[in-house]
Amino acid sequence: MKFETAATTNPIDQLKVIGKPLSRIDGPLKTTGMAPYAYERHDVVSNPAYGYVVGSAIAKGRIASIDLGKAKAAPGVLAIITAENAGKLGKGDRNTAKLLGGPEIEHYHQAIALVVADSFEQARAGAELVHVDYVKAEGAFDLEAVKDTGKPRAPFGGPADTAVGDFDRAFAAAPVRLDATYTTPDQAHAMMEPHASIAAWNGDKLTLWTSNQMIAWGVGDVAKTLDIPKENVRLVSSFVGGGFGGKLFLRSDALLAALGARVVGRPVKVALQRPLMFNNTTHRPATIQRIRIGASRDGKITAIGHEEWSGNLPDGRAEGAVSQTRLLYAGANRMTATRLAALDLAEGNAMRAPGEASGMMALEIAIDEMAEKLGLDPIEFRILNDTQIDPERPTRPFSQRQLTECFRTGAERFGWSKRDPRPGRVRDGRWMIGIGTAAAFRNNLVVKSAARVRLDRSGIVTVETDMTDIGTGSYTIIAQTAAEMMGVPLEKVVVRLGDSTFPVSSGSGGQFGGNSSTAGVYAACVKLREAVAQKLGFNSAEAEFADGEVRAGNRRVPLAEAAADAGLTAEDGVEFGDLDKKYQQSTFGAHFVEVGVDAATAEIRVRRMLAVCAAGRILNPKTARSQVIGAMTMGVGAALMEELVVDKRKGFFVNHDLAAYEVPVHADIPRQEMFFLDETDPMSSPMKAKGVAELGICGVASAVANAVYNATGVRVRDYPITLDKLLEQMPDVG
Amino acid sequence: MVAPKLIRTTAEWEHDMQGPSDFELSRRKMLLGTAASVAFGAAPWSADAQTPAIPVQTATAPGISMSKVSFNVNGRMRELALDTRTTLLDALREHLHLTGSKKGCDHGQCGACTVIVGGRRINSCLTLAVMHEGDSITTIEGLGTPDNLHPMQAAFVKHDGYQCGYCTPGQICSAVAVLDEVKAGIPSHVSADLNAPPQLTNAELRERMSGNICRCGAYSNIAEAISEVAGRPA
Amino acid sequence: MKSFTYERARSPAEAAATAARTEGARFIAGGTNLLDLMKLEIETPAHLIDVNGLSLDKIESTPEGGLRIGALVRNTDLAADPRVRRDYGVLSRALVAGASGQLRNKATTAGNLLQRTRCPYFYDTNQPCNKRRPGSGCAAIGGFSRQHAVVGASEACIATHPSDMAVAMRVLDATVETVRPDGPARTIPIADFHHLPGNTPDVETALSPGELITAVTLPKPVGGAHIYRKVRDRASYAFALVSVAAIVQRDGTGRVALGGVAHKPWRIESAETQLPRGARAVTAQLLSGAKPTRENAFKLPLVERTLGAVLAEAKG
Repeated sequence: MKFETAATTNPIDQLKVIGKPLSRIDGPLKTTGMAPYAYERHDVVSNPAYGYVVGSAIAKGRIASIDLGKAKAAPGVLAIITAENAGKLGKGDRNTAKLLGGPEIEHYHQAIALVVADSFEQARAGAELVHVDYVKAEGAFDLEAVKDTGKPRAPFGGPADTAVGDFDRAFAAAPVRLDATYTTPDQAHAMMEPHASIAAWNGDKLTLWTSNQMIAWGVGDVAKTLDIPKENVRLVSSFVGGGFGGKLFLRSDALLAALGARVVGRPVKVALQRPLMFNNTTHRPATIQRIRIGASRDGKITAIGHEEWSGNLPDGRAEGAVSQTRLLYAGANRMTATRLAALDLAEGNAMRAPGEASGMMALEIAIDEMAEKLGLDPIEFRILNDTQIDPERPTRPFSQRQLTECFRTGAERFGWSKRDPRPGRVRDGRWMIGIGTAAAFRNNLVVKSAARVRLDRSGIVTVETDMTDIGTGSYTIIAQTAAEMMGVPLEKVVVRLGDSTFPVSSGSGGQFGGNSSTAGVYAACVKLREAVAQKLGFNSAEAEFADGEVRAGNRRVPLAEAAADAGLTAEDGVEFGDLDKKYQQSTFGAHFVEVGVDAATAEIRVRRMLAVCAAGRILNPKTARSQVIGAMTMGVGAALMEELVVDKRKGFFVNHDLAAYEVPVHADIPRQEMFFLDETDPMSSPMKAKGVAELGICGVASAVANAVYNATGVRVRDYPITLDKLLEQMPDVG
Repeated sequence: MVAPKLIRTTAEWEHDMQGPSDFELSRRKMLLGTAASVAFGAAPWSADAQTPAIPVQTATAPGISMSKVSFNVNGRMRELALDTRTTLLDALREHLHLTGSKKGCDHGQCGACTVIVGGRRINSCLTLAVMHEGDSITTIEGLGTPDNLHPMQAAFVKHDGYQCGYCTPGQICSAVAVLDEVKAGIPSHVSADLNAPPQLTNAELRERMSGNICRCGAYSNIAEAISEVAGRPA
Repeated sequence: MKSFTYERARSPAEAAATAARTEGARFIAGGTNLLDLMKLEIETPAHLIDVNGLSLDKIESTPEGGLRIGALVRNTDLAADPRVRRDYGVLSRALVAGASGQLRNKATTAGNLLQRTRCPYFYDTNQPCNKRRPGSGCAAIGGFSRQHAVVGASEACIATHPSDMAVAMRVLDATVETVRPDGPARTIPIADFHHLPGNTPDVETALSPGELITAVTLPKPVGGAHIYRKVRDRASYAFALVSVAAIVQRDGTGRVALGGVAHKPWRIESAETQLPRGARAVTAQLLSGAKPTRENAFKLPLVERTLGAVLAEAKG
């Protein structure tokens, strides 16, 4: 199905199942421990061997020699895979550094060996016996030091640089100006399930039970790396224990498990050790961002400029932190620039809302600062500079844009009017209290997605697509979509996901999965409806599918009858035309945060959080709300604690475990309030839905930062906002 | 400005329903009756179909120290001969195939491996299996099953107290034990008065659950779920 | 993890004797720190002596009016003991400020004292560390040192001791009871139990090889306001940037010990005479000679401010 014109009324609009806050259909499995993740497939793999990964001890250089003698002789060790003995390996299209390093070393903890043994304990002990001699090379590890060597590099979805009007002149002429630099640190996905895989060969065919967000990408990159036909690779990811972008790509666990299994002739399972993950896999790269805003005295932005510097391995991607500044606020004179320098740290790549999450961390502090300079309420300043068209390309309207409504609704529910704009004025015992706000903004992406739908004689509708559920609720919204389309209760739908033998979906990433994959299921269901109608002798345009029946006029036939003994199967997908070019499709929201800052220690604790989002039709408000509150939680982490600390001498992230890389715990997160505006976006897909999972993180950290400023009068422009950055400017303790 | 219409999300919907709705219960029954709505079964990889039901590692390679241990898991006595290095977590996951307890970090830094031993929650990754001779161990599988959920499991489903599901078994085991700890009068970091019985406030609950990290960020919903089971609003 | 043999000890004396005569033997109790380090081969015992069955899990009153805490009393039970809550509140508070509920259910009194540092370079076996591999150097000096020591450190090591409980024990003047392999028991004042790094940061305590902690004894309660204040970025389940354990009497006199600033719980009794004059005066003496790094210099004002808040709280 081609989606090329705005959606009109369709069966989804019945909203009998879609749009309901239903509990997840996979909930009973997940809460009882019965949902099997990649490493746990005792049901399909018996007698596996265990692999343990050895990571490079240096950041850059080469391996002079590896001595495997002791390790090979260790009890239970079956084989050791290294670049030297693995045979010729390619590199996946989506990998920057090699997944099995050697002799060249590209980053710290790059995998250089897999020790395979009869048991996990034996593999781990064997790995410690691998002796490696390195020749170290000089590397670049300090973004600040190399930023000026950066070259223009286009981020996702746009050019490296943009310019409209005459920014320099307008900025110089503006009566009120802000010129500030902000930094965001490297951050880790730190999903709870480590990257994990079981590999099994049957002749020349490979099956990988793995934890991956993008099945088809994974198949392609496995095939390319091993130089085998794609047809010989099967990937299965039934349950994925979190990804956040960290499992978009083939990683070393899967590749090494496959190599190990080929050598030992039995299945091999590998989970990346947690302390290895932070330097072995990808991360959200650090940025330095300079923002300049010029405005008239009445608060109209006349010039807005945003420059970004980030670093990555050669051939890596730029973070893209300027993306939202191209679209979020009006202003006739504009510029953005993206510069990428070479760094020899682990590969930087997508993490939840790549680009916007980092960019909004800076931009929405800048807006708060600018509002203060203008003496305007920060919400009013944003509303004053709202735009319903793409400010860089004025012929493109937004398909939907309810940013103002999000702010107004949130302000009322949060009690924004009680805010004292003068910082440091509100106390609650030992706590200095502040509240802050920020816009949420993330583009809506649409990606081709297919599904297969089968009706059997008992009336069960089975959906198969290689879409993954990484906690996003895919199982449930896909079941809802099929139930709505086929007119059956949810219980009559079976959903099978994450298997490369199923039709290729959008996969999970870029907050495109929910809308795109359900649109693909919609397309397949349209086809199945036609097949059913034809089989039962209905005119498919008139046939109504409801309550397990097909109806037209006075005639009603149970749906199952169409299936007969053989069943009926339909397969189709959605392909998107250029509606996303004609219209700017984005999602919007407003974040509100109240913090307390300990007057003595400057410890910051979040006391209240509220968000209002407008993101098209909300397919399941319960699971969608969870996506947003989860993103808000990650945003608190970004604001207050998350930082991969670079040892600039040695070139690695020092705090590489879950004790040292702090992410929020229960005690950090108050009861969160979250509301969706009732909206449909007919330009996005037949579902009229948009993404929401990444919108939720964009702006949260700035809302926290702005609240800290309101509480204390200390403006911190370098994340994370930790107490040491406030202490000097805190009031004396009595 | 006309106030925009808002969509009802979990909390309001559920509050309107006053507890678990018939809809929920019947759907759950259906889910586990005839048609499982989530299907993950794939053709088994069958090169070796001879795994015993209770695999006991028999490797006797030199240099490996083996030890026998027997303990009760979810009401059933289990006897294992294990490499002494085997953690309780790996004994459960790799030897008894009870994979509900998760390995998130293997270093006591995340709580995904939480199980209840002798009535107390512990990190099963930081204890050796052989140290649990004669112990009674309850894992997530022992609390309830998909068709007979423990009230805490049901509350997690109702309040969407999870997303990816990987930390969930640990969160639930922890939550069950936390309610007992409060009943037993064990103080926490946020207990205002050390000498008074602790109350299960939202702050108490959050502090006590802080050893269970949820990167998906379901904390607010988890607090709602536990509060409901504890019989008080979050 | 290197392979090890395993046995369950039957008596403290026998355990100590076995430990002394068995190459590479270590005691294991809660295991929450030892196993963590064994997985990384930072600890590589060849033989584990499980002491959990030794019945050292009682909290008893002493004839002197204090408490004798068995070495195996779990952190949870010690924090929850009504006598500890009533008379040694600073200890109860310090315990519940540490780790997580799960870890406190396992971790023991003796094991908590013996916790090793959380220095990330100690934890990364690719990096030099004088504590882990004597003579290899210290990667933390000149590296990421935000968590590290500001006083009492050396050219060889700037690690901190991570325990909260030990800071409270220090302020309570606890004594550590042990049994030695050759038989006799001895007591070690907590002040002497932990060492400063000097040139031998690998030698962390006064225990001799095979020596087993059997109990920690608290002297008779001293009254006063008991406060333990732990400062950290994350609200829970995090190690202290700085912590203050204080017992403050009505007349303003009292005792103070610090966590998160040194290789051991940090207390200088003579500084306590300054307590009536306030936090600044006490801190000046407590941290005199401090040599912070650029990254942890904030700990100096933070100690003063935190102590100030503690003293204000003590006044009520």
